[in-house]
Amino acid sequence: MPNLMEKNKMPTQAPQVRCHNFDEVELGYTPELAKAEAERCLNCKTKPCVSGCPVNVDIPAFIARLKEGDCAGAFSVIHESSSLPAVCGRVCPQESQCEKHCVRAVKGEAVSIGRLERYVADWHNAQPESEVARPKPTGKKVAVVGAGPAGLTCAGDLARAGHAVTVFESLHLAGGVLSYGIPEFRLPKSIVAQEIAGLEKLGVEILTDHVVGKVTSVDELFMQGYDAVFLSTGAGLPNFMNIPGEMLLGVYSANEFLTRINLMKAYLPESDTPVAPVHRVAVVGGGNVAMDAARCALRMGADEVYIVYRRSMAEMPARAEEVKHAQEEGIRFNTLMNPTEILGDENGHVRAIRCIRMELGEPDASGRRRPVEIAGSEFEMEVDTVIMAIGTSPNPLIKKTTADLETNRKGCFVVDESMHTSKQAVWAGGDAVTGAATVISAMGAGKTAARAICEYLGQSEK
Amino acid sequence: MNLIVEKRELNPTTTLLKLSAPEIAAKALPGQFVIVRTGQLGERIPLTISDYNRTAGTVTIIFQKVGATTMLLGSLKEGESVTDLAGPLGMPTELDGYRKVAVVGGGVGCAIAYPQAKFLHTNGAQVDLIAGFRSKEIVILEEEMRAASTRFFLATDDGSYGEKGFVTDILAKQIEAGANYDAVIAIGPVPMMRAVANVTRPYQIKTIVSLNPIMIDGTGMCGGCRVTVGGKVKFACVDGPDFDGHQVDFDQLMRRNSAFKAQETEKKDHVCHLFGGN
Repeated sequence: MPNLMEKNKMPTQAPQVRCHNFDEVELGYTPELAKAEAERCLNCKTKPCVSGCPVNVDIPAFIARLKEGDCAGAFSVIHESSSLPAVCGRVCPQESQCEKHCVRAVKGEAVSIGRLERYVADWHNAQPESEVARPKPTGKKVAVVGAGPAGLTCAGDLARAGHAVTVFESLHLAGGVLSYGIPEFRLPKSIVAQEIAGLEKLGVEILTDHVVGKVTSVDELFMQGYDAVFLSTGAGLPNFMNIPGEMLLGVYSANEFLTRINLMKAYLPESDTPVAPVHRVAVVGGGNVAMDAARCALRMGADEVYIVYRRSMAEMPARAEEVKHAQEEGIRFNTLMNPTEILGDENGHVRAIRCIRMELGEPDASGRRRPVEIAGSEFEMEVDTVIMAIGTSPNPLIKKTTADLETNRKGCFVVDESMHTSKQAVWAGGDAVTGAATVISAMGAGKTAARAICEYLGQSEK
Repeated sequence: MNLIVEKRELNPTTTLLKLSAPEIAAKALPGQFVIVRTGQLGERIPLTISDYNRTAGTVTIIFQKVGATTMLLGSLKEGESVTDLAGPLGMPTELDGYRKVAVVGGGVGCAIAYPQAKFLHTNGAQVDLIAGFRSKEIVILEEEMRAASTRFFLATDDGSYGEKGFVTDILAKQIEAGANYDAVIAIGPVPMMRAVANVTRPYQIKTIVSLNPIMIDGTGMCGGCRVTVGGKVKFACVDGPDFDGHQVDFDQLMRRNSAFKAQETEKKDHVCHLFGGN
């Protein structure tokens, strides 16, 4: 009798091997493991898991197909709701979404919905390319600004509805955070490329190296004949702590460090973009970006990598799987401490980081217990690299060049429940609206906006 | 896309590329830059737009072949294309309302000082253009700069051409003589911009400098280009690249620009071998 209380484990690269390469850590279920895991699903009538999914994938339905060995059927169920399943299966924080609501989790472990989703998507991607039927054109044109998860999802849904979609991307490569942020070992770029190629087959046009807000303004997009605009410009300027020493050499924003490595491929010897050698690294923050930066630093040859986080493990916002993988790889977790200063050597290079110990007080606005400094507990950690992974502020380029677009105090676009902004026929979603959040919530916003845009374009036809 | 329609070697280490980029040319203003990338594993580098022609749909970049990436870029021929070109980025230089301006260029920085002078001169301002070079062999754009200025001054460090000395000597002399500038625009190596700011500071003449920190995306994402201006951290790609020269922490900028020197030298040696250079 198999143990139905626990998830079937997914084969992974051994920690001592993978910490020296950028190949994918998790290797995916075999057909046998996928079948066994699918069998754990109780196929609840009430489908509590679906309510936890930001894009409402019909989870029990796709798992039921999988039980029957019908991978193609499983894929079409997922694809009805999700444009990027191979991505979501890998990067969604399932434990706080679908799997959190799984009935099996009451007494044991939830069904590994994420791993099953990944299995189905990878199965689909390994099949010979099929012809995609293009829907009948509506004659309407939509401009999507930013080719990250929100933009790509919105573009896919709009294209499936028959609208002509152009995605404007400022970087030389589409994908947004999937390309520049999330590392190869967690999300292979070939998968991102495949998902994007799928959108192009649907008729989505992607223009790279095109900075809307600079070379073209939002108003000009309308003048060029676009009927609606979706702004998904993503997380922008990296936040720093405003402590002394942040301008020293060896201090990076996580955005910079990850972009050098992931987008610019600094881990390949033939890449022209450098990263200075790293030995002892402190990564400040406790989210997925911090985990990615820490694990990249390890793979770039660091001897010691520390996560410095001001709350405790329990409050850490990173995906549980990433924390576990980071721990297995030897990343040290210095929780309940906060940097107060970065110290430099005579060449202006980082030599140490000064931290103060923290304790948890009363819950704050976020509902998490507020970290409070313990007086007199400061100490120094010797490091040569400090990576700040403490969030971002929205990109200012479009705000600066679009007069009638309302933003909040933080610079995020203000939207209504259909993701419509204060400007006629302009919708927005993703990190540009919420501030730094997850891939799947950005995709959810993209879907909501696509629905609203379709409705708007349908009405404007009449 | 991004076709090289003209290439000129301005001196042994400085190359001019005129690129076909109608959309960028339509929007470019003096002081803005483009991000250029050569090759599928190439680096993204910021280069200030040194000229643009809206009718012809071209933008011109001028760069010194100092590292692997600029050497690679310099090896491209007319009729070839750069892999990626994005822009115009950064805020344009504020050039309105000046009656009398000194534009100071140092070395390859003259490539960027020139369009500023041209813009001001065309719009009726009196422009003293002060250009400095190490020696005669590396003088660039002399005729263009002369045509774009009311008075043109040229200095070389070794005295092999023009006046012997530094641009700051000429600038100080003109200020002393009562030139009464509304503003000074200085573009060149960091030590030169710092020296110019030091000359103008006692006179409280508004001094604009164009900074060139390390950047990756150039659109306000990586934060690599952060500089301290008036005690505050600014991002050169979206807040600049122009800043008040009296407020910039130049020492810090110089240090930060050397962040990847070791790696850059290694890459450059490698590329030098490839091209059979020195």
